[in-house]
Amino acid sequence: MFEFLLRMGDNTLVLGHRVSEWCGHAPVLEEDIALANIALDMIGQTRLWLGLAGEVEGQGRDADALAFRRDAWDFRNLLLVERPNRDFGHTLMRQFLFDLWHHERLSDLCLSEDDRVAGIAAKCVKEADYHLERSKDLIIRLGDGSAESHRKMQDALDALWPYVGEMFSDDTLDIEMNEAGIAPLPSSQRPRFDKALSATLALATLIRPESNFAQMGGRSGTHTEDLGHMLATMQFLQRAYPDARW
Amino acid sequence: MYAQEVKSTGKGIKTHEEMSAEERDFQVRIDAGEKIEPKDWMPDGYRKNLVRQISQHGHSEVVGQLPEGNWITRAPTLERKAILLAKVQDEAGHGLYLYSAAETLGVSRADLIDDLLSGKAKYSSIFNYPTLNWADMGAVGWLVDGAAIVNQVALQRTSYGPYSRAMVRICKEESFHARQGFDIMMKMSSGTAAQKAMAQDALNRLWWPALMMFGPTDADSVHSAQSMAWKIKVMTNDEGRQKFVDQTIPQIEYLGLEVPDSAAKLNPKTGHYEFSDPDWAEFFEVLKGNGPCNVDRLRARNKAHDDGAWFRDGLMAHTKKQQIAAE
Amino acid sequence: MANDWPLWEIFIRGQHGLSHRHVGSLHAPDAEMAVLNARDVYTRRNEGVSIWVVKSEDVTASAPSRKGPMFDPSNDKTYRHPTFFDIPDEVGSM
Repeated sequence: MFEFLLRMGDNTLVLGHRVSEWCGHAPVLEEDIALANIALDMIGQTRLWLGLAGEVEGQGRDADALAFRRDAWDFRNLLLVERPNRDFGHTLMRQFLFDLWHHERLSDLCLSEDDRVAGIAAKCVKEADYHLERSKDLIIRLGDGSAESHRKMQDALDALWPYVGEMFSDDTLDIEMNEAGIAPLPSSQRPRFDKALSATLALATLIRPESNFAQMGGRSGTHTEDLGHMLATMQFLQRAYPDARW
Repeated sequence: MYAQEVKSTGKGIKTHEEMSAEERDFQVRIDAGEKIEPKDWMPDGYRKNLVRQISQHGHSEVVGQLPEGNWITRAPTLERKAILLAKVQDEAGHGLYLYSAAETLGVSRADLIDDLLSGKAKYSSIFNYPTLNWADMGAVGWLVDGAAIVNQVALQRTSYGPYSRAMVRICKEESFHARQGFDIMMKMSSGTAAQKAMAQDALNRLWWPALMMFGPTDADSVHSAQSMAWKIKVMTNDEGRQKFVDQTIPQIEYLGLEVPDSAAKLNPKTGHYEFSDPDWAEFFEVLKGNGPCNVDRLRARNKAHDDGAWFRDGLMAHTKKQQIAAE
Repeated sequence: MANDWPLWEIFIRGQHGLSHRHVGSLHAPDAEMAVLNARDVYTRRNEGVSIWVVKSEDVTASAPSRKGPMFDPSNDKTYRHPTFFDIPDEVGSM
């Protein structure tokens, strides 16, 4: 259960951090403001999931202790969300692929037999619904926009595609969670994801890459090099001044 | 404040006799406390000064995202990160409100932004100083936003309706900014020795630049008279600075920090604090582009704008396709 | 420039049954995106129930009105509200 909650909370923690890196540097003021809202939602969701994780663990760690005092191998997020921002197209495509998965995941979790999980999911799914509406809209517009925006979005999709498969892989923890009625198998979401993805890509005039190869490891703690750098930045104050309260 | 470099025509204020009928009418409305609205007749000088002042104010908010944005990825707790992000987001929003107010005067945001990016337009000198430790997030909110609020509260009474309304909205949002800053300062100054040292360091570095935000002394600010008559400016630089010092020094003492000005003391007769002049030579250097961060700030804004061109154009291209398809 | 996003006027109706109010303006490529942007820009503290957007150039104004819209922010994220921060009384107003 603890690990499952980390998987949920680390996704939003890491992606929220990535999105917040744009603050003040987005292509237009309206987008700066919109991105900040998404990052704020992600941070809020992180506090809920990691807060519950700390409770379940029962070792006195709160959401901050989990966010700021764990090393990379203890993180359980998808590799997708730690991918660097690169350009705005990558950022939006990463967000869209995540939102599409996240929205389905949270919708399923609303039916969890664990009331705490269902409660958090019910709050988060409303936010995820808006995130998806917005990211889907932007993918369609930019894919079917100028030649340049089309090219950038296709490039982003191609580059991020190897990180899609991990979202739908089942491991022993997933099987336990499924049997306990806490969370359905990730693989069960794939058909819905594929259907929604195809519909959006068609409108965006983007081509779904053919390869089914999936980079794996994030959910069990084997990450890309990028996560270590992110944590070095994110955890700096807590690590450099371990006695301080902020 | 946000018009540290606004220059007037250099002419004195016209007397009622020297004014045209329209000018006289206009001045009478302002004196009566009426708001001027976009479609109203207004003197060219009024329009020009307002465009410059409002856009500089807007640019200040937009560039002002950067010093605090510098610490978002290093905020020490999830709550602090959320608060800081929300605050910087507000600044983007304030920039947007102000640009919108300027646009009611017949200029386009794109042109205003071009002027910022080319270095032609100015923004507040304060944002050309770096943020070097976490306590700077406290000091910026408390001192910089605190100084801005002194000015902005007064500007709610400005004569131009859209500007005044933007100020009303902004002031409501800014109070949160100063308070979250002071909250950080309280935590830092009552924390570990290292935290207290950070708090004092932040105060030492930002105190003088905060005083400079109000602009040169009234004696050196010959342009104010017309702006005051038009209620584009509603408080002199020195009045604002005095008000800020009076409210802030007791707060420094409350925090148990040292006022970075050994000459600062309360004058019991006037009830006001006496304090030293900031280094005006430094101030004018920063305005000329020689502050510690001028180059970096403009480079960051230019990069965001240039890198984002394909995004803005791509969305517009989509809209045009849709419009053609609909016809 | 032809590629600049047009300006939109934003009207928001809150939950208290009042009619839509003008709250400001913003830029967006088209009406749908103007609605999305308005949600992000103008309801950061509001619980706006409904948003209208009108292209600024489509607004025909009468002779100048003398009263402007005011704004009514309300609760969303509590830390945005000054009262979230507990400032000791002796510090004075902030």
